[in-house]
Amino acid sequence: MSETTLLLTMAACGLVTFLIRLSFIAFGHRLPDDPRLTAVLRYVPPAILGALIAPEIFLLGGAINLAPDNPRLWAAVVALAVAWRTRSVLATIAAGMAALWALQAVIG
Amino acid sequence: MTEPTARSEFLAGVRAELPLLLGVVPFGMIFGVLGLAAGMPGWAVVLSSSLVFAGSSQVVFAQLWGAATPPAVTVATVGVVNLRHLLYSAAVAEYLRALPWRWKLLLAYLLTDEAFAAALPRLRDGPATAHRHCFLLGTGCTLWAGWQLSTLAGVLLGTAIPSGWSLDFSIALTFIALLVLSVQRRSDAGAALIAAAVVLPALVLPHKLGLLVAAAAGIAGGLWLRRFDREAP
Repeated sequence: MSETTLLLTMAACGLVTFLIRLSFIAFGHRLPDDPRLTAVLRYVPPAILGALIAPEIFLLGGAINLAPDNPRLWAAVVALAVAWRTRSVLATIAAGMAALWALQAVIG
Repeated sequence: MTEPTARSEFLAGVRAELPLLLGVVPFGMIFGVLGLAAGMPGWAVVLSSSLVFAGSSQVVFAQLWGAATPPAVTVATVGVVNLRHLLYSAAVAEYLRALPWRWKLLLAYLLTDEAFAAALPRLRDGPATAHRHCFLLGTGCTLWAGWQLSTLAGVLLGTAIPSGWSLDFSIALTFIALLVLSVQRRSDAGAALIAAAVVLPALVLPHKLGLLVAAAAGIAGGLWLRRFDREAP
């Protein structure tokens, strides 16, 4: 495909993404005082994060790996524990990467 | 007590976002390397970080472009991957309602996963003062700068980053930290666990639709589990 096509396709992707982000902000929608709606929105961050995390841990090379010899699983458990205790993003990433490297060195 | 200034809110936003860059910067560098490997020219890889400015969808874009996917399918797929931002937009809209259009356009452009996650606690739980939107500007600008520079660094490094470093795992670790910070009740944790359990079998769905199906299942599960929370719902 030509570089013009690439540029136009990318610009269209950017526009779609921007319009999605602008949607509710543009209309200035105050969320209705419906407690059900606020309740739904409350669960959006944990639900999406859960859905984003699981494939990062269990999907390796296109296949799902639930086996206990998956180093990412145990590194994630370490990261979860550190996140729980410290509530620090920095400490979580440092501990998780250190755990992964250590496990990869041991398991190979 | 004096009201926070625009400057102090902005700087507080910057400070809230900085730790998240530890996960974002390696991801940006990986995207730079990956975009080149998918066959995109270097300028296009760098440009996509400001034009699209949404990490996982940029990765999807590079893969689809490398596979000579029709542009319409690529645009639709990127839209689906980024649909979750609709919910972020809804969550911050009430705090930005009184702002002029130029602010709404700018903050909408900057509304990414990490900028939203770092700014929502301030907007939702902090005092409703005049310059609180500058906190979101601070998180958004910080993430934007980090994302542009790390993409550029990734393109410059090319394939020099050994895959054995597993730096892509820092994405998952960032999400884990954000998740723990967002969990305040048992039902929040329940929503995350249900979404995580549903997403794996749902991965067979095309175009990352599984992500949205799993998120919907997690939200529904969280709502149902509310009755087991200790506090009043």
